[in-house]
Amino acid sequence: MARLFIANSTPVRYNGSKHARMEAGTLIQLKNLSKHFTTVDGPVDALRHINLTVNDGDIYGIIGMSGAGKSTLVRCINMLERPTEGNVILDGRDLGTLSTAELREVRRKVTMIFQGFNLLMQRTCLKNVMLPLKLIHMPKQQAEKRAMELLELVGLPDKANSYPAQLSGGQQQRVAIARALATEPRLLLCDEATSALDPKTTHAILELIRDINRKMGITVIVITHQMSVVQEICNKVSILEHGEVVEEGEVSEVFSNPRSNAAKNLIYPEMADGNSLVSEGGQKIRVIFNGAMASKEPLIAKMAVDCGILASILGASTRSVGDRAYGYILLDIPGTPADLAKAVSYLSQMPDVIVQVEAEYEQKEAARE
Amino acid sequence: MNFANAFTPERMQEAWKVLLTEFPFAIWETIYSTLLATLMAIVIGLPLGVILVTGEAKGIRPLPKPLMSFLNLLINLLRSVPFIILMVMIIPLTRAIVGTSVGTLASVVPLTVAAFPFIARLVESSLREINPNIIETAQSMGATPMQIILHVLLPESVPSLITNFTLAITTIMGYTAMSGAVGGGGLGKLALAYGYQRYRYAVLYLAVIVLVLITQVIQSFGTWLARKCDKRLKH
Repeated sequence: MARLFIANSTPVRYNGSKHARMEAGTLIQLKNLSKHFTTVDGPVDALRHINLTVNDGDIYGIIGMSGAGKSTLVRCINMLERPTEGNVILDGRDLGTLSTAELREVRRKVTMIFQGFNLLMQRTCLKNVMLPLKLIHMPKQQAEKRAMELLELVGLPDKANSYPAQLSGGQQQRVAIARALATEPRLLLCDEATSALDPKTTHAILELIRDINRKMGITVIVITHQMSVVQEICNKVSILEHGEVVEEGEVSEVFSNPRSNAAKNLIYPEMADGNSLVSEGGQKIRVIFNGAMASKEPLIAKMAVDCGILASILGASTRSVGDRAYGYILLDIPGTPADLAKAVSYLSQMPDVIVQVEAEYEQKEAARE
Repeated sequence: MNFANAFTPERMQEAWKVLLTEFPFAIWETIYSTLLATLMAIVIGLPLGVILVTGEAKGIRPLPKPLMSFLNLLINLLRSVPFIILMVMIIPLTRAIVGTSVGTLASVVPLTVAAFPFIARLVESSLREINPNIIETAQSMGATPMQIILHVLLPESVPSLITNFTLAITTIMGYTAMSGAVGGGGLGKLALAYGYQRYRYAVLYLAVIVLVLITQVIQSFGTWLARKCDKRLKH
């Protein structure tokens, strides 16, 4: 699948010499970005004072519920939407100051894939991949050759002469990815690119995107409402709520210890309603795995043996990334507050494990009664 | 005017003679004026229809609002004048272009004037069927407005355009029959001259049957072609 990179192995460095870099490694920066719309129901603040920095080589996730402003944000990055306020700085150039022609130039290096694939339905897959090349007047033969290589890269060389309607959703997205790579972009924007696909296909497409990121050195921004997507491929994430970034950081950090409510709701959706856990007002602790080698030791059983504390599991949500575990277990610790303290100190010794005493559930229970 | 006498053996024989002698040329005139007028109308109406879509405020290449309003008004005006009256109204224009206002070639001018606003509206509706996301995708690739029109809007709407042009051809053929009333040639003229002015109903009916047949053939061909071109259908 990766054979193409032999031919085009050097990612194009986008006029790095002409414009001074802001900071080493910074590819794109959003500064105090706001977008207001005027609708029939009055003005809408789609985005409010967004600040983001995406480094070269990142797979940067932007996650939020629908209506959070994700799609508007990604469209501000390539200026399909003009921000009302603030700057988008790509490689030291403020995109807001560029002429239409210069902007078109930039868009060849910042390409995009979509939830709906958006292929030309009346054109073969090959012609679809050739479209961006046609736009830059590449000679037909050369464009055809390059398009074929790209179809090979995405694993669909045999579909060159098929029409999109004859392809499955996953295959259509592969063609769209090939098309997005045609002009050798530096940045690939994925707007809910896997939201219309089943989990298995989603996984395959994400693998492809990660491959592209690693092997071609293309930076990726992933817009999604699915935490699993961020978890699977992103190294950094911003959580967007009501047009604002409420939390951002390394994916592992945000996952293991979400601070904002929006993050908690996205990461532990089952807790959003708060009643999935049986509680009788006991002592509860939340054991958070921040990349612990969880499979190695039977943690809870070991605690029973070592401390004589027979914890019951009230709820859990863990995910493995590679061989590491992220997520949490909610435990009920029977006995006295001293037992609780003992359990906390015992579990805290484990590497990459964070223990929090849960108070909110007791309060909730109290409020309910 | 006795209808019972319209289909006596002599009348039928006469109609048969007319069919053999005058119909071939009349059919040719009908087809020729229809196709020429349609072609001219597409030449004017297609770009106009594209402008109606791309030039609006939210289009890919917004044009000044007064211009858009003017174009829309012009189209609506031309569309609301009945064809038979339009033909008479623009006789000076026809004379200026063709040199005469009588004859098959002269009838192409009013046919074109009547048909291009119709075509423009049909093109407009075809282009509006296109998924706006595909246009946005082309913009995200750095396509110019002209490139979007040529590489996205028009190719993607080909099946719909064929369907609509077929509709236009059959409508324009109906107009050519009307043009027979004021100097145009073709089957319409034949039907009027024999059937209306000389009570030769057999000829009139024959002319109508031939018109129906031609319409059927064009419509079937257009439908077939549109289906064949549409790659959204799995073959």
